[in-house]
Amino acid sequence: MKMDFTKLFELIIAASIINNFVFTRFLGLCIFFGVSKRMETAVGMSITFTSVMMVSASVSWFVFNYLMIPLDITFLKIIIFIGIVAALVQASDTIMRKVAPDLYYKLGIYLALISTNCIILAVPLINAGEHYSFLESIAFGFGSGIGFALALIIMASIREKLELADVPAPFRGMPIAFVVTGLIALAFTGFSGLITI
Amino acid sequence: MLDLFNINDLAPLFDVLSHLIPQTGVGGGVEARESVDFAAVVKFTLIFLAGVGTVFGVGLAIAAKRFAVKIDPRVEQVKEHLAHAHCGACGYAGCEQYAEAVVKNPEVPPNLCIPAGARGAEAVALITGKKADFKERDLSRVFCQGGLSNSSKRSIYEGVKDCRAAVLAGGGDKSCAYGCLGYGTCVKVCPFDAIHMGDNGLPVVDEVKCTGCRKCESACPKKVIEVLPASKAVIVACHSRDKGVDTRKHCQVGCIACGICVKTCPYEAVSIEKNLSRIDINRCRVCGLCTTKCPTKAIVDKLPARPKAFVTERCIGCQSCKKICPVDAPFGEPKKRHEVDQNRCIGCGICTARCPVQAIDGTFNAQAVFAAAAAKKAKAAA
Repeated sequence: MKMDFTKLFELIIAASIINNFVFTRFLGLCIFFGVSKRMETAVGMSITFTSVMMVSASVSWFVFNYLMIPLDITFLKIIIFIGIVAALVQASDTIMRKVAPDLYYKLGIYLALISTNCIILAVPLINAGEHYSFLESIAFGFGSGIGFALALIIMASIREKLELADVPAPFRGMPIAFVVTGLIALAFTGFSGLITI
Repeated sequence: MLDLFNINDLAPLFDVLSHLIPQTGVGGGVEARESVDFAAVVKFTLIFLAGVGTVFGVGLAIAAKRFAVKIDPRVEQVKEHLAHAHCGACGYAGCEQYAEAVVKNPEVPPNLCIPAGARGAEAVALITGKKADFKERDLSRVFCQGGLSNSSKRSIYEGVKDCRAAVLAGGGDKSCAYGCLGYGTCVKVCPFDAIHMGDNGLPVVDEVKCTGCRKCESACPKKVIEVLPASKAVIVACHSRDKGVDTRKHCQVGCIACGICVKTCPYEAVSIEKNLSRIDINRCRVCGLCTTKCPTKAIVDKLPARPKAFVTERCIGCQSCKKICPVDAPFGEPKKRHEVDQNRCIGCGICTARCPVQAIDGTFNAQAVFAAAAAKKAKAAA
């Protein structure tokens, strides 16, 4: 049991920092650049993202392991996982609107963005490919969400400062954001090899 | 209850399954195999896809029914007619909140969405069954003319190019403590792209795009921008409360509180308060006389054009216009049709407003005056 927890912890650290989806795998850049303009939206997006990621990782684990492997149709996983994520997002949108309208007004707008995100698809796919157990899948989803949150919050705090900086005219806006992302990514490569899984 | 930690202990149960059905390899079953039972794969694929589709479809349908939120369809309709700028000019957090409030609360008037304008207010009033009062359009006005060429600076500011930051550094670099700093904070906050920096280092408001949402007014740290009704086009474009001598030292176009405008105004709309001329917008009739008399050109006329007056054949020769004209432009014998000297007329519109038979046309206010007279007549008849 103790071994399990070290493994889970390693997974979380690996997914959030060492193999950070944004900075080392360069996935989910669309949302990353879209919502990192302000800290408030970045935090809202991070919370929604992490929770949806964990739920979708666990649901797709069940579907993959108890339906798709026995039926020998694992080649369908991309289509099925997209369907699962879309259905989950739609369902949570409907349920949240009724159960927690305040939360819906705060975070609801991010839900629609999430359903088309590639990280949210990558996590179940990697879980399936690596044959993670249920707990490991959830840990991997959680770690990825934390990693994305970390990336968003770092970027949002830099970009809020960047608003006031004297940036050369050709670099204003998106170009400087890309340059900054590249620099952070460079820094994140320093974590590589910390844990090997 | 299913203990999540023991879920791996259930594995033997599924091991039995995996012996019955060929287990796929690492990588999620993308490994090459010697033979594939094509018919079975197609069959399972179709069944599985149909099953998943049905489950999700039914699940979502149930969720939609079970967790349905009753939304008044009028809220959506109202939302369509709002400006979607989320500017907060209505006093609500966003367009959605205002749409909800205006439908649910009978006290909330339908004309609060300023960017949507009169047409939007009418549409909202129609949907909610309320009465749309005509609300005049507001425009943002810049109360400073001291640009780079005609005002002085007392220091060199090399910080962040933002007025809100510049004002922290000892109140900014301008000599005049009341003037526009010109670092374009208003340009940044405008949600409608209606303000741009002019060549002279002062913001210029695009009167077509401006909706009067007051974002710039609240963002300006010097309070140089005021939002006024669009028709009140004559403004004292200066906020300097320094004494006349000091104002003159800092800026060539500041108000020096000489009081000429007070004497000139035929409607007693102008007054001097704390070394600054102020126009009472409730009294001002936008004649523009003060503009012509102001020695420092601190009073500006924002009307795009002032067409000159001419007399129509309804004139009864009462000589009212001749008596009231500030520039002696009308001439003519009593009881005969008068004429207006086009070289003298400044298009102030005072005679148009004074004429008892609405015989003077052509000035900027002619349409409004005629409409008011017609309304008065209709009221008297009824």
